[in-house]
Amino acid sequence: MPTQILMPALSPTMEEGTLTKWLVKEGDTVSPGDVIAEIETDKATMEVEAVEEGVLGKILIPGGSENVSINTVIALILEEGEDASALEGVDISAPVANAILGQAQDEDGGDKAAPASAAPIPASVEGEGAIKSASHAEDPAIPAGTNMVSVTVRDALRDAMAEEMRRDERVFLMGEEVAQYQGAYKVSRGLLDEFGPRRVIDTPITEYGFAGLGVGAAFGGLKPIVEFMTFNFAMQAIDHIINSAAKTRYMSGGQMSCPIVFRGPNAAASRVGAQHSQDYAPWYGHVPGLIVIAPYDAADAKGLLKAAIRDPNPVVFLEHELIYGESFDVPEMDDWVLPIGKARIARKGADVTIVAYSRMVGFALAAADTLAGQGIDAEVIDLRTIRPLDMETVINSVKKTNRLVTAEEAWGCMGIGAEIAAAVTIGAFDYLDAPPARVHQVEAPLAYAGNLEALALPGAEDIVRAAKKVCYRD
Amino acid sequence: MAKSTQKKSSTPGKTNKAEMMEYYRQMLLIRRFEEKAGQLYGMGLIAGFCHLYIGQEAVVTGMKAAIIDGDQMITGYRDHGHMLALGMDAAGVMAELTGRVGGYSRGKGGSMHMFSVEKNFYGGHGIVGAQVPLGTGLAFADQYKDNGKVSLTFFGDGAANQGQVYESFNMAKLWDLPVVFVIENNQYAMGTSIERSSSETHLCRRGASFGIPGEAVDGMDVLAVRDAGVRAVKHARSGKGPTILEMKTYRYRGHSMSDPAKYRTRDEVNEVRQHHDPIDHAKARLLEEGWADEAALKAIDKQVRAIVGDAADFAQGSPEPDASELLTDILAPGSPS
Repeated sequence: MPTQILMPALSPTMEEGTLTKWLVKEGDTVSPGDVIAEIETDKATMEVEAVEEGVLGKILIPGGSENVSINTVIALILEEGEDASALEGVDISAPVANAILGQAQDEDGGDKAAPASAAPIPASVEGEGAIKSASHAEDPAIPAGTNMVSVTVRDALRDAMAEEMRRDERVFLMGEEVAQYQGAYKVSRGLLDEFGPRRVIDTPITEYGFAGLGVGAAFGGLKPIVEFMTFNFAMQAIDHIINSAAKTRYMSGGQMSCPIVFRGPNAAASRVGAQHSQDYAPWYGHVPGLIVIAPYDAADAKGLLKAAIRDPNPVVFLEHELIYGESFDVPEMDDWVLPIGKARIARKGADVTIVAYSRMVGFALAAADTLAGQGIDAEVIDLRTIRPLDMETVINSVKKTNRLVTAEEAWGCMGIGAEIAAAVTIGAFDYLDAPPARVHQVEAPLAYAGNLEALALPGAEDIVRAAKKVCYRD
Repeated sequence: MAKSTQKKSSTPGKTNKAEMMEYYRQMLLIRRFEEKAGQLYGMGLIAGFCHLYIGQEAVVTGMKAAIIDGDQMITGYRDHGHMLALGMDAAGVMAELTGRVGGYSRGKGGSMHMFSVEKNFYGGHGIVGAQVPLGTGLAFADQYKDNGKVSLTFFGDGAANQGQVYESFNMAKLWDLPVVFVIENNQYAMGTSIERSSSETHLCRRGASFGIPGEAVDGMDVLAVRDAGVRAVKHARSGKGPTILEMKTYRYRGHSMSDPAKYRTRDEVNEVRQHHDPIDHAKARLLEEGWADEAALKAIDKQVRAIVGDAADFAQGSPEPDASELLTDILAPGSPS
């Protein structure tokens, strides 16, 4: 019985990858540890080693194939004593059909078609890829007829940095693995090649130190972009973000300026445990002197990161690992910059206002689709900026819908939803037809076990439930 | 190869009349200013934390003499002396201590938080050791801009035990940044003596594992400080990276105004005051060399007292900031709020 070689999962968030090339050919003898193929994941190009001894009997997925789902059978190895005839009739099962050679899958394709047992994808990730916010094409900032291009959030962030680095010599990027490694999540891919090691700087693993060094460089007249591999690691650096960056303008009577961007992935990734899975939006949102941005789609990621880099204040720019790989329309413009501090109505509706930020916007839009099927017309507001909060947009919406649901990935206690609920209660008390409802992570450190993680993290169903509750339809 | 040396100046440093008169005047200004600040604190005109520099004047005066215009200084909360040495206006500093609108931060910073971009003083930082990566970042900006400037980053023996100091040492040497780390070792981290806080009490050796050369300096001798400073600044400016200068110094007053300093004996303090005082030391040199007589020194004292007296008057006469200042300077003008 030939041994199946499966497309391996090589990162916590990988669902599919590109089988870049085979390094062996059919008929070659392979031994455990031999490098047999190269696979490009959402983060890096990895080598695949043989784990069995034998002869490579058949390559099922040729080199150059894109969008190969994990657990797809990519080759068969003949065991000792077997010959090519053993290959006949081998069941290589359905997943192979998901590998569409050399072209992109349709948006809601592969993942759902994969057998549930084959792909260790956490429940919270399933079915999320297809959700898209209302088109930016309606945005008045975009001239009529502007071409829209589909871009991943990852590349939108990279493009924003590259454009601003071309525009302003003072802008530089520093952080762990941002240069030679091309970014731990490939967000800085290509920047070292274009801008060189003076402006794209690999740091030692020393968050407290390089955050402080970045603030000092900003005091000294530069415009640093400091990347944290994740914001979980920025807890080591939070003293400089708050005490040095946020407070110095005030403490100096307006004399000192600290134009710096702290950016990186925030909140849960996928099965990485409690210490790597926290949403810090409420922490930074608490601090006067900081601007805090948490975009959802690629157009906002690009337009707001460019704005953040140009801003004369310290900006905390919270990204999300689980949306780096998602594609959205981005206007093809020379200089796409968005205003900081403005929320966006991602979907218009009349019955209930759902306020979300970052990845929760996707869930809110999915929830709105579900609710529409049940006769509830939800309006979805993407906050985009956490500090300053655009309460005007939220309150105007609540005055229309009379109902509020907040959705955040952080814990609820002292959270963004708590702040919004308070502000709406104060600012639109007479308009509320129901008490506000908050959707958030359960009040526990995030568990590793797949089922517990899925139970802890909020999703579209939680938002649907909350919306029905405030509409008295539960 | 990095090496740590410990030099005690045994022979008098080279100087001339003009230099020595200026160092004397500078150190005296700091001392009289601090004495006045102590007085105003006692009168309730200065509040909160107030850390006096009395006894340590030779350190910043000597280091100021080692730099050129445009080089930056940054330090912790014991910062009044650094500002005066850089030529910041005594009245503006004192008015900040009294929390008045005439202060450098318009009363919003206080003793520990003052800045002057014009005079290249970057604070004034209240979190122990935080100025070390910040100062390293100033040096990073200097190197990035290739402007030939050097960052003097001051911190105490207490801060020398903070982890971020070593993170900074590592990057400073890794990238050969133009920074001089000046450790003002006054022997007490608040109330804890260096022997009780540090496994390696020779702080000049703390850079050894990063390849940063270190030197122990008599921080009570302004010329020894200056000469070590000149060497370190030259090293930094020529692209060779950081140096650690451990200034052996002493503060006569408590850690802050509220510290009774019971952790050391009166005899210990008196011994330093009587035999190692940096101002007495400079005065003796001026008299020995015949560069000044008692009358000339008195004239300097009078001039300094006048500056300090005017500063104290200004600091008491300047109004408190207007209530409208409460919500300004949080973000840059024109930013979303």
